[in-house]
Order: sequence, then structure tokens, then C-alpha cells
Amino acid sequence: MTPVLEARHIDKFFKKPVEFHVLKDISFQIPPGEFTSIMGKSGSGKSTLLYILSTMDTDYRGELLLKGESLSGKPPNRLSRIRNEHIGFVFQFHYLLGDFSVLDNVMLPARKLARKSEAEIRHDAHEKLKTLHIGHLADKKASRISGGEKQRVAIARALINDPAILMGDEPTGNLDSYNSENVFQIFRQLKEERGLSLLIVTHDEDFARRTDRILEMDDGRIVGGNP
Amino acid sequence: MKQWGLILGIARTHLHTKMKSTVTASLGVTFGIGAYITLVSFMTGLNGMLDSLVLNQTPHIHLYNELEPSDVQPIERSPAFSDDLLRIRSVRPKTGQLKIHNALPILDYLRHDPRVLGATPQLLANIFYLSGSLDLGGQLIGVDIMEEARLSNMADYIVEGSPEDLRNTENGILLGIGLAEKLSLAVGDRVQVATAEGGVFPLKIVGLYQSGLAEIDNARSFAQINTVQRILGKPQNYLTDINIKLHDIGLAVPMARELESQFRLRARDIQEANAQFETGTSIRNLITYAVSVTLLIVAGFGIYNILNMLIYEKMNDIAILKATGFSGNDVRDIFMSQAMLIGLMGGLLGLLIGLGLSHLIDSLPFDTEALPTISTFPVNHNPVYYLIGIAFALLSTFIAGYLPAMRARKIDPVRIIRGN
Ligand SMILES: Nc1ncnc2c1ncn2[C@@H]1O[C@H](COP(=O)(O)OP(=O)(O)OP(=O)(O)O)[C@@H](O)[C@H]1O
Ligand SMILES: [Mg+2]
Repeated sequence: MTPVLEARHIDKFFKKPVEFHVLKDISFQIPPGEFTSIMGKSGSGKSTLLYILSTMDTDYRGELLLKGESLSGKPPNRLSRIRNEHIGFVFQFHYLLGDFSVLDNVMLPARKLARKSEAEIRHDAHEKLKTLHIGHLADKKASRISGGEKQRVAIARALINDPAILMGDEPTGNLDSYNSENVFQIFRQLKEERGLSLLIVTHDEDFARRTDRILEMDDGRIVGGNP
Repeated sequence: MKQWGLILGIARTHLHTKMKSTVTASLGVTFGIGAYITLVSFMTGLNGMLDSLVLNQTPHIHLYNELEPSDVQPIERSPAFSDDLLRIRSVRPKTGQLKIHNALPILDYLRHDPRVLGATPQLLANIFYLSGSLDLGGQLIGVDIMEEARLSNMADYIVEGSPEDLRNTENGILLGIGLAEKLSLAVGDRVQVATAEGGVFPLKIVGLYQSGLAEIDNARSFAQINTVQRILGKPQNYLTDINIKLHDIGLAVPMARELESQFRLRARDIQEANAQFETGTSIRNLITYAVSVTLLIVAGFGIYNILNMLIYEKMNDIAILKATGFSGNDVRDIFMSQAMLIGLMGGLLGLLIGLGLSHLIDSLPFDTEALPTISTFPVNHNPVYYLIGIAFALLSTFIAGYLPAMRARKIDPVRIIRGN
């Protein structure tokens, strides 16, 4: 089966302040429906890798494939479209557009994709929010909800276009254990019920141990977890 | 396909949450456009008034005889002296040259020319106005008053009496208002006029004439042509000037040259007569545009600053939009739309303020001796200026918004997301 995401010999350097080899020959595959976590020491290059995998960072060497299609060297507008359609991303901070309502935040990527009617998008967005137990927040302003709630709204937004893969950079990093567990359950459910592939960076051993596979990173290399 | 609904929706939300900055930026544009509309309406109104003041009293082509010495003296025509060096001292112009020869056939010819709206004969006589021991030099112009009234707005300048009064009165005169004051005369009185040759004639004042230009009103009066011919003791065909009004003022210059060579007369066209006048008009226009453009440049800097600030504040939003699939161009358009919305709102409000102010000026009383037909300030409410105004507003906000929007387009989301 074609992997959802495949990295082939990815190298990345930071030029400033001194030349620094952050990612060293990274190769691995994510099969469809797999829940993968990435662990590793602080500064080992996890976030850097995730930005490359999400197509936001194009300054690297090597090749990146999404469902068998090479993404390396594609023009920025094309990559925006691919990101919009196939990749859901949950950040650690910076969750939402604070001036917009929770519902608007969830709907924006779907409006951009414009594959469904406004009414369908609205309906879907409500559905996603309900799945994440935050349906009652739909009309609140995004800047007026709690951190854990924001995190879940961000997940709903990442899922609105039914992406091929959901990536998260420490999405439970600043959640209490109750909310953290909640998010984990949501991820597992998405994988089991919809066959969603997930790639989640985490420092939480407990969280990682319950995923299908752990990729261990150290000093810019993948050192464990059958890449 | 661009999703303008989506882009504008985001732009509107951003502006809405930054109400104060938005209003400040818009007001800058409002002042610029409001000032432009007010100034341009007033200035062009003023231009129009001055145009009509001078131009409407100036014929498109004025045919007359110039008093000047002949270029060719009789002795030069003689073959007997053709090999000699001829020098004639103190050459003087011939007398009697003021008369236009064959004036009546020329008039008839002109009236049949399809380019000509009308041609009026005039007879200029230099005379003295007598009152008691006082005598004032001046001109009496013999006119076909009904034709003059039809072809120029002369009737506007007859402040008492009417053209019909002059036509219907034997030996009537329309006295210049300055003369009437100096001579303490009123309508119904008689005024004595004397020619250079010494004849004295009483004329009945049927009306007063006020051009608004003091040196004219203090010297010039009008009478019917035959009255003046009688005063001068000249026949029916004695005329000194022909004024021509054309259908198309643009033809004045070529036609003047044509008439000059055809009739061997001096033909002065309106451009020549009013060359300095055009300069005044263009300087007033220059001032209007200089002031408006300055105000808009100031407004443009305001928009530039506010948009830069907005982009700085919305850095996170930009990163999120880009991360979730909005392209750089989408982000640029979002901020460009904000600039254009500011321009549109500010511009429309500016048009309204301009409309209000120019109507206010229009209603202010403006009484001046010199301008009998005008009672309020002249204002030109031409809708074209409103179109130019809004185009100005959009153009200046486009330019002001362009650089910040391009900056937003280039923002690297990874740098922002890493930043915190
Ligand atoms: N813009 C940059 N320029 C130069 N070096 C950078 C830049 N961003 C990150 N680095 C360096 O690259 C390395 C990897 O950073 P990265 O953020 O990927 O680490 P990480 O594994 O996500 O760490 P953490 O667990 O703390 O989030 C670090 O040593 C960091 O100092
Ligand atoms: Mg990190």
C-alpha cells in the first residue's frame, strides 16, 4: 500500500548564526491509518522536521511524498492548496484567529477549499465541534475560550477538510492530564473510525507508549522505531 | 478562481476589530477627497465665472482695420526708382482707414458661412460725454442690439432697461454705469455727446450697462448703429468692426487667418485676445490639484502606517492562514482589501463632505459691484469631479497598501510559529 507520507533522505541546514546540520538523512514512511508519535530530546529537530513534512518549510534537501506524489520543488501556491486539502496541522501554541468565532475558525479552511457549499461546511463544522465535545462554544469568540478548548477547536479545524494526515507539534504540551487524555482518545477514535493517519510530536511517554509506533529522534537523526 | 467573498470577509473582520485605526485612516482619505471636491468645485466655478465675464464679451473673431502705415509706399511701386535705394522718413498712416470697406457684403457673406453662428456689425465712435462744464472722453458703440443680445449674454449686463428699450427708442443710449454715476444721470435723463469734429447731440438714456470691468463701465456706452452713423455724419454702410460668433470656438484661429487674407482686414481670434487669461485658469487648477494631492499623500502615509501596524499585530493570523492553506497571494489580497475598504469608505465620506461644503459655499451670498449677474459664490457641481475624487482615493490607498500587503505576502509562517 502507498504510504500516506514518505520522507526520503531529508537533510536540513540552518545557515545562521553558524552553519548547523539540524536534520541528517531522515527517511521514514507513514502507512495509512497509522498513529505514529515522534519523541526526542529538546533541540533534536522534531519541530523542524514537522514543518518540512507539513510543506510550510521548503528549504531542505531530499524528497517528500504525499500519497506517492512528490511535493519537493512544487510552487508555493500549489503547496498551499495541498496543505489546505490533505494536511491537518495542530500547533503547540498559536491556535486560532482571535477576532473570529470558534465556528468561523473551523470553517475557514473549508471555505478556502470551496469544495462544499456554505451550508454543508457549517453543518460539518458543527459536527466536528460536537465530536470534540465543544459544540456549545461554536458562536463564542475564539479569544474568549480556555487553552484546552482552543486546542480542541484547532483539532476540529485541522479535520474540517478530511485530510489524509493529521500532524501535531506537542498538541497536548500545555494541557492538564484530563484534557491531554481527552485529546488522545479523540485521536485514537479518528484513527479507528475513519482510518486517519496521525503523526504527533510529544514529550509525554505515557501518550507515546499507547500509539502504534514511536519514532525516536536524537541530534537530527531517527534512531529508533522502524522508520 | 479567486474567492473574493472569503477574502473580503476576513478583511472586514480585521478592520472591524481595529475600529479606531480604521476610522483614523479613513478620515485621512476623507479630508483629502473632501478638500479636493470643495476646492475643485469652487475653483472651477470661479474659472467659469471669470471665463464668462471676459470671454462672453469677447467675440470669437473680431474683424477691424488696424491703424498702421502701409507696408508699401507709392514711390516703391514706381519702376522709375526700382534700382534706387529709397528712404522715406516719418511715414504716417492714412486717415479714414478705420472704416471697413464693403462691410455690408462681408457681413452678408459671413452670415451665409455654415461655420458662423452670427456676425454683428459695430461702429466705434470716440466721443465726449458732456454734462454741465464736465466733459468725459469715451466710446460710443453702435450695435444691432437685438443681434448682440442673441449672440452674447449682453442682456445680462444691462442692469436697468432692456435691449428692446434701445431698439424702440429713437436716439436712445445704454449708458455705462460708471459714466452715469460720474455724470449723475439716471434712466430717462438726457446726455449730450460731442464728436471730435465738434457736433453735439442729445441722446435719451434708456438703460444702464455694467460689464463688471471698471475701465469699460467708465467709458463705454451703446446705441443703435444708425444713431451713431447720424452722430458721425456717415452713411448707412459706414462700419468699423464686425464681431463673429462661431458654432465651434476651436475654428476661431484658422478662420481668423483665412478672413485676414480674404478681406485684407485684421482678424483677431479669441485665443489671441485672451492668452493671459488662460494662464490664470491653469494656475488656479494647479493650486487645486497641488493641495488635494498633498492631502492625499498625507492620507496615504497614514494608511501605510496603520496597515503596517495591523500586519504586525496580525502576524499570528497570517501564519495560521498560511499554515491552513491560504496562499501568499490570498494574504496579500486580504490586506490589499483592507486598504481599499479604507479608501472606499474614506473616499465616499469625503465626497459627501465635499458635496456638503460646496453647496454651503454655493449658498453664501457674494455681492459685488463688479458682477451684476452673481449673487452667491460661483460653484461648479460637475459630477466628473466626484468620479475623479473616488478614483483618486482608491488609487492613493492602493499605492499606500501595496508595500505592506506585499510584506504580508512574504511572511514566513514557520518563523512566526517558531517565534513563540
Ligand atoms: N531559525 C533557526 N536558526 C538556527 N537554528 C535553529 C532555528 N530554529 C531552530 N534551530 C535549532 O535547531 C535545533 C532543532 O530545533 P527544533 O525546534 O526542531 O527542536 P525540537 O526538537 O522541536 O525541540 P523542542 O522539543 O524543544 O521543541 C535546535 O538546536 C535549535 O536551536
Ligand atoms: Mg519543538
